[in-house]
Amino acid sequence: MFEHFFFFLLGHGIYQVEPAWIKYVLCHRPLIVIVGLRIILRSVVRVSLYYVGLTISSSPLTVHDRLNLDEPGLVQALQAGDERVFAAVMDWYSGSLLRLALSYVPSRAVAEEVVQETWMGVFEGIHRFESRSSFKTWLFRILTNRAKTRGIRESRYEPFGLSASSTDADEGPSLEDSLFVAEGSGEGHWIDPPQAWEPDTPERVLLSKECRAAIEQAIESLPATQRQVMTLRDIEGVSSEEVCNILEISETNQRVLLHRARTKVRRELAPYVQGDKR
Amino acid sequence: MDTNLKSKLMKYMVGNFTCREIARLVTDYLDGSLTLGERVRFQLHLGLCFACRNYLRQMKYTIATLRQLPPEPVPPHVKEELLKRFRTWKQRPSQSSGKPETD
Repeated sequence: MFEHFFFFLLGHGIYQVEPAWIKYVLCHRPLIVIVGLRIILRSVVRVSLYYVGLTISSSPLTVHDRLNLDEPGLVQALQAGDERVFAAVMDWYSGSLLRLALSYVPSRAVAEEVVQETWMGVFEGIHRFESRSSFKTWLFRILTNRAKTRGIRESRYEPFGLSASSTDADEGPSLEDSLFVAEGSGEGHWIDPPQAWEPDTPERVLLSKECRAAIEQAIESLPATQRQVMTLRDIEGVSSEEVCNILEISETNQRVLLHRARTKVRRELAPYVQGDKR
Repeated sequence: MDTNLKSKLMKYMVGNFTCREIARLVTDYLDGSLTLGERVRFQLHLGLCFACRNYLRQMKYTIATLRQLPPEPVPPHVKEELLKRFRTWKQRPSQSSGKPETD
């Protein structure tokens, strides 16, 4: 029965019309099957893990773990004025706050003052905090408000919308375009295809002082808005929704800024992790 | 094999995404904000293009490195000052000055 069908096809010259096409698919069959299987397998694993209630990556330690308190408990303790909790929270978040403040104001001394002002704001406002957002988001919101007014007073920082439009428009063609063939037959392909980086862990790479200095330097030289988004998203690990909330920007804008920042930092990091340069 | 046909087929399978577009969409992909079709085409491209696979790995590596950056060191005198202010504030919690913070 089936043979008859194939003879029928052969007889009508289906194979003769595009033998190359058939051949191509047949000789790449393993590859196609592997790619397809990989996609299917991944989604199956993800869905099953979701139902079991596991997450693949373990989330990093938070101040809640350290104090053994959940979010409402933390807020309650802060509202009650528990000194141990306050000291731990201030200890935990001051470094992050300082890092973000540095992107708004010109000097370290001013940034430290902004952090202090922020905590004063927390002391004053914690009784009115109603948990409509997380404590962390609220904290960063206070910092950005204080830092903005402070930055305007120090006359370095322009209002967000203005600086975002001017710095981003001035940037011209995006950084990635220089990595790709602009025209001709290989258009849109890599000029210099990325090589595999050394399988060293990020912790080990950061041990090298020059490498850390290079990364810090790269972050410092970013435009203020990109630096703020990168600080929150990548260094502090704040979710994208919360970042939009804190910085009062749209989701799309946030992603564009983050992408540009990441591309630049990747370029700065590259010489330190490329296998052949050691 | 006919190169024209090959490129056509590659285009069909890889879904017209060039490496440049992959590099441009990396952040969207990692954020999970691509549509299903784009996502599948992105992964198909990754499956066939070692350079883009490396690029994605490099990006993930960069993010992991940034996540490991130690926090800015806060000078001890600032910490002491904060605790001092906290104690003075605690002694008179009823007094609230300055503009209220809303969440």
